[in-house]
Amino acid sequence: MSTNMTSVITKSRSAFSSERTLAVSFRLAQIKNLLAMINECQDEIVSALHADLRKSTMEATLYEVELVRSEIAYFIRNLKNLAKKEKLPMNLLACLDSGYIQREPYGVVLILGAWNYPLSLSLLPLIGAIAAGNCVILKPSELAPNTAQTLSKIVPRYLDTECFHIYEADLEGTKELLKNKFDYIFATGSTNMGRSVMAAAVPHLTPLTLELGGKSPIFIDDSSDYELATKRILWGKCMNLGQTCIAPDYILCSKNVEKEFLTVATRVLTEWYGTNWKQSLDLTRILNEKNFLRLQKMIEETKGRIAFGGQMDQQTLWISPTVIVDIPDPSDIVMQEEIFGPILPIITVDSADEAIKIIKSRPKPLSLYVFSKDNSVIQEFVKRTSSGGICINDVIWQNGWEGLPFGGVGESGFGNYHGKYSFETFSHKKSVLQRGFSYMSEKLGEARYPPYNDSKLRFFTTIIRHIHSFNVNINWCRVTSHFFAGCFGALVLFLYLRYLK
Amino acid sequence: MSGDSVTWIELQKESDPMDFSKKVSHLSSSFLSGKTLDLNFRLKQLKALLRLYEENNGKILEALHKDMRKSELEAYLYEVTLMKNDCRDAIQLLKSWAKPKFLKRNWLVLADEAWIEKVPFGVVLVIGTWNYPFQLTLVPMCGAIAAGNCVIIKPSEISSYSAAVMAELIPKYLDRDCYQVVLGGPEETEKLLEEKFDYIFYTGSMKIGKKIHAAANKYLTPVTLELGGKSPVFVDDTVNYAMTARRIMWGKCMNMGQTCVAPDYILCSKKVEIELIKEMKITLQEWYGSDSKKATDLSRIGHKRHFERLKMFLSNSGSIALGGGIDESELWIEPTILVNVKPMDPIMQEEIFGPILPIVTINSPDEAIKFINARPHPLCLYIFSEVKCLQEQMKNMTQSGTAVINDTIVQFAIDELPFGGIGESGMGYYHGKFSFDTFTHQKGVVERNFSFLADKVGVFRYPPYTERKINFISFLMGHWKKFKIVYFDYIPYFLCFLLGIVLVILVQYFL
Repeated sequence: MSTNMTSVITKSRSAFSSERTLAVSFRLAQIKNLLAMINECQDEIVSALHADLRKSTMEATLYEVELVRSEIAYFIRNLKNLAKKEKLPMNLLACLDSGYIQREPYGVVLILGAWNYPLSLSLLPLIGAIAAGNCVILKPSELAPNTAQTLSKIVPRYLDTECFHIYEADLEGTKELLKNKFDYIFATGSTNMGRSVMAAAVPHLTPLTLELGGKSPIFIDDSSDYELATKRILWGKCMNLGQTCIAPDYILCSKNVEKEFLTVATRVLTEWYGTNWKQSLDLTRILNEKNFLRLQKMIEETKGRIAFGGQMDQQTLWISPTVIVDIPDPSDIVMQEEIFGPILPIITVDSADEAIKIIKSRPKPLSLYVFSKDNSVIQEFVKRTSSGGICINDVIWQNGWEGLPFGGVGESGFGNYHGKYSFETFSHKKSVLQRGFSYMSEKLGEARYPPYNDSKLRFFTTIIRHIHSFNVNINWCRVTSHFFAGCFGALVLFLYLRYLK
Repeated sequence: MSGDSVTWIELQKESDPMDFSKKVSHLSSSFLSGKTLDLNFRLKQLKALLRLYEENNGKILEALHKDMRKSELEAYLYEVTLMKNDCRDAIQLLKSWAKPKFLKRNWLVLADEAWIEKVPFGVVLVIGTWNYPFQLTLVPMCGAIAAGNCVIIKPSEISSYSAAVMAELIPKYLDRDCYQVVLGGPEETEKLLEEKFDYIFYTGSMKIGKKIHAAANKYLTPVTLELGGKSPVFVDDTVNYAMTARRIMWGKCMNMGQTCVAPDYILCSKKVEIELIKEMKITLQEWYGSDSKKATDLSRIGHKRHFERLKMFLSNSGSIALGGGIDESELWIEPTILVNVKPMDPIMQEEIFGPILPIVTINSPDEAIKFINARPHPLCLYIFSEVKCLQEQMKNMTQSGTAVINDTIVQFAIDELPFGGIGESGMGYYHGKFSFDTFTHQKGVVERNFSFLADKVGVFRYPPYTERKINFISFLMGHWKKFKIVYFDYIPYFLCFLLGIVLVILVQYFL
């Protein structure tokens, strides 16, 4: 165990024991400081993202910085409410007692970031963990070293350095780190990574959230608007050169739709990237040689036909947006694992039903996309398939929509986050029941004591059976404010009649 | 047992580990067929489960008595009644729990809708335990059924009569294609865990909990672990000693202390210790007479190995202030209070899970807090004090699954409170709606369309990227919330405003 790692963990533990993160005002101040960091260091961050992945300013700004900004804004508005005690309705039978749910931090949280969106996939969970009152050790992905180093440099300038740490480590260092006990682990990455993290969490009984990936299918039916569907799908696929966990992975559609898609696609891509797509600054690059070779193998060994694209340049880690059609069987290399690159296979199906069968025969994906104008088709997919999330007639949007939980199911992960769900994820819901020693309090519970007899049994059975009927589900704040609204109306008319008429 | 129920040994033969694969795969196909997605189907199953409880009271109580000599009141109240209540709530509230939750629309994308769909995981495994064998197996099962999953339950082999009753009754009342019972011990459970489940719910010890969690890793199966721990009781000198003694002893004597939420040990000053012991002696005498072994209200220790473990504590930890009687032939241990207990004594190293109550003396609440925080997080913290700021201090400066002030155990019966541990006492929650949520995946759905307006909002995202596009979309993202349609929230206020006006008019008219 390295000295640095020991010291970071020890500092975090004692910072949590000092209880300073329990105060909501402290958490709010830290989150506001993060906002200041984003505002003041935006250029530095965008440069780092460009250095790591050749991310364009637009993608870096909108799909990294702005997402973080929105999340911070959400917590600044809502943290006080989220952290409040959630009171149970008063019960007339037990009116002297009160019950509530108190959300408390777990303690020291470990967040493992990912390389494809190295800023947002590190900071979004960090914000949630801070908001919930935890101390945090954030380990950004070493595969995006510029962003990791930038975070190491700027975060300590804005956040409390006892409570929140950026810890840089490679694969071996991460394995060492995981041997320690954490109170919660949040990890984003591949399925294999997920298994290693879960295995490390087990001996310490550490709860965790795993945001993994999978092959996110798209179904396009014949009723769709092909132009718009194609554009939207290509936008999702080309973003970060397909290296997005919720990127559309492969298409299921009829032969007719495939034809239309190809026609629109070549035109649209030329509109967007010119005649020489490689020269467009709007397209990122593949992360590294290992990933490049993996994708190169797919293009070279697929039994399908390359409809367009297929150009590659190992030196610049460039792979052209590529569509592959006429794939003869489901065990083709492009259909084995999550593509995570700019390759888009199309599998032809004869019906929505056939598409659903194919989707259900595979591991549950992180996202599912359906393009259709027919509501019954849409409902079939929504109700009969299971995926982390669904977007209908577009892609990716479910990730940024405020109020929706974001997380996987099955092999695409478990747990969720974003906004309120981040707060819930990083909090323990402690149930609290408060009783007293009053005469009534004791009388109500007296029949539970031995010696047991039939009348006590009958009494308690009745109480337990009917106790809910004595709940008083009145939100007094709402009643009062409505009452004042009524009084205001009365006052307005009274004044009008008295003075103006 | 009644003549037509099956014995444990016969059922054990039926549960061939080779069949586990077939069972799981059969349930998996049933789930994929979509049968359990239909709310009416789930309601039908829940109603059948309720009928199972209502029509088999006698069998259930008899099994509980055979397994642990549970008294009729404890068996009926703390198992059957809680199960019935839980099932009735699920029947009544299922439609509201399961309906999709729609988010407020936004002016910027007026025709778009977003909602959260509640989706079952698939095939759920519920592993029960022996101290409340029916309740701790069937209440989670009820939640899993309500959420639309197919379920396999594996009741504890230690409470074998109860397991046999469940194995007999479940197939009679519930759809066999979707809900199955598997019997077996540790070996069979290990074999069962080789299969792929979509969720695993386990109640039991920390040691086994870790094994279950490790097995779940194979398929990245999410889990809820309801474990245990040493639930401390802090008592200060502001309390009503008689009531405090009764409430603590009630929690401790229920099921002979074999309750995961039982008060485990007391932390108090010497002065309080003296008063408490005085009152506890009176209480035990009132409840069980001078020979508590003869009281039918007290159950017995669950099994021999457990009895041996508890017996050791009587001699290797502290000294006996009250009780201490044992009878190995009946697996009987008298409700016992130990004093002069040191923090390093064996009884303070693990969850007691028996009718022995050690008292550890401390000099201040701060010392109590330090003591609690130096140990694994417990499932429950019990605070007996009349001082509000002390209650808050103890509750806020410690971590526990749940906390109760001035009583014990009762939080377990309140469905609106999530029940679950933290740290070594477990992860996840259940009871009431929390059961439903535990066995449900919340799927975020966004529905867009191809209308002109819907497209125009998103058109700036397409390449070629320009600074103008960046600024425009940044602006939209930054101000998205302002366009949320919240006006409908204000309609009730407007109506009240109008009502005020109408009332003044009426008053004017009649006066």
